Amino acid sequence: MHNLLKILGNPDNFPIIILLFTVYGFFIYSMKKAKRNDERGVPYEADETDKVQVWPYLVRVEFIAAIAVMVFVLLWSIAFDAPLEEPANPTLTPNPSKAPWYFLGLQEMLVYFDPWIAGVLLPGLIIIGLMAIPYIDINPKGNGYYTFKERKWAITIFAFGFLVLWVLLIFVGTFFRGPGWNFFWPWEEWDPHKVVAITNVDLTELFGIPTYNPNGALNPIASILGGVVVIGYYAILMPLGWLWLKRKMPDFAEKFGLTRYIVTSYLFLTMIALPIKMILRWTLNVKYVWVTPWFNV
Amino acid sequence: MLAQIKKKIKSSDIYKSIFRHGYEDTQRNRALMVVDNVFLHLHPVRVSRHAVNYGYTWGMGGISFLLFIILTITGVILMFYYRPAAEYAYEDMKYLMNDVPFGALIRNMHRWSAHLMVITVMLHMFRVFLTGSYKPPRQFNWVIGVILLLLTFLLSFTGYLLPWDQLAIWAVTVGTNMARATPFLGHQGPFGPELGMRPDNDIRFLLLGGTQVGPPALLRFYVLHCIFLPLVTAIFLAVHFWRVRKDGGISGPAPKKI
Repeated sequence: MHNLLKILGNPDNFPIIILLFTVYGFFIYSMKKAKRNDERGVPYEADETDKVQVWPYLVRVEFIAAIAVMVFVLLWSIAFDAPLEEPANPTLTPNPSKAPWYFLGLQEMLVYFDPWIAGVLLPGLIIIGLMAIPYIDINPKGNGYYTFKERKWAITIFAFGFLVLWVLLIFVGTFFRGPGWNFFWPWEEWDPHKVVAITNVDLTELFGIPTYNPNGALNPIASILGGVVVIGYYAILMPLGWLWLKRKMPDFAEKFGLTRYIVTSYLFLTMIALPIKMILRWTLNVKYVWVTPWFNV
Repeated sequence: MLAQIKKKIKSSDIYKSIFRHGYEDTQRNRALMVVDNVFLHLHPVRVSRHAVNYGYTWGMGGISFLLFIILTITGVILMFYYRPAAEYAYEDMKYLMNDVPFGALIRNMHRWSAHLMVITVMLHMFRVFLTGSYKPPRQFNWVIGVILLLLTFLLSFTGYLLPWDQLAIWAVTVGTNMARATPFLGHQGPFGPELGMRPDNDIRFLLLGGTQVGPPALLRFYVLHCIFLPLVTAIFLAVHFWRVRKDGGISGPAPKKI
């Protein structure tokens, strides 16, 4: 229990608590506004004819907000000192070593993927995917007001990515990860000598195909089968989705276009691959789906 | 007597050259207050009523900018007391926290504002998404916003190393170790060794100026944190704000072309 109190008492973790309350609080609040707009039919914010003068109506809001924020930061800074630990010592590694809190979601992904995916590929795709949003989402509705009914898919996918995959993983990385990056419940003591049996197996091994031959060399059959699974994940689901779209929503598929569909479905399937791998790890102890001499997935 | 002095001052050449108009409560004067002021003229004269509603925007964009200003000011003050060399950095932090008048307060404000800015930037982005404000004509401004999000992370991350304590060096070690695994460019990444990447010539070496987080990394992160990244951020901020204004305010359909 006292580990949790220590984490909660660490002033550097206070921002995460602010983050949790504001992010989920704002989401509930905005969905209430969306519901109100959807029931009303004409959104409250859509009226562009009703104008007010910036001086004083906007400037005063900015002024009051600025004062409130400065008071908040000042009080926070008087109440809590920023941490300053022992001098840097490259020979003394703390356990656990944690990245700054906003990167703990990425560090948490390292449990499920190798660094080249969790630390390089996925962060890169997050940035590229975010940049692509306005060009992917061609739905003209919902421009400038809160709504859910008119943008069900867009809001659901974004909220899943942000609220679950990003914020929740930061939360797990901060509060549930102890020495050796092992999982600890808040009421458990952090035991640096905790022994975790490494029972993870590669996906092919579940089907009785060993990843490595008895002489230690990589088993090419396992490697090829793993490749078939990973490439097949994209190569089968992407065309299937396109055919489904063409059948169910031909007008939309026409407008959406193949290029946009390929980019969107690739980004979406990659995002979903993270929870898939997490579930595979929790249920079947899968370590790698695909092992090659150069990289593992 | 006082009224006379006030009148004298207000009609003086100096006063009139500084302040162009008073506070008369007229439509015209209210408009002039905005367009005649360099700090306010980024605003239009009039905005939609819902745009000033706090519950609509959450004010997170403006608050992020305010925090950026607070960080610039406190950061400049901190630079007076801090030397980015391994033998001085930690001593300077101790001096700052214990002996410099208000040193601890300034450092605390810098650190907490930085954390807060990461949160407000993410919330701003979330609000912009939920109100669909990235839709035409604002698509590219969203892209600039994503770059600003990345710059915020990089600013915060480079600043994390500067206290040169255990927390700093190991957090940055964990973060920069990822660079080792970069495909093609890192010595532990896919196809990295095949392309001749070693610990002393890969992309992580470029970032740190060494094979581990040492004195050269401190200097590199200092220069990035205090000069390069703030300058780049300021440029992107300018473009971001200008485009908000040109695209007809914070959200809603495009302004009608004249």
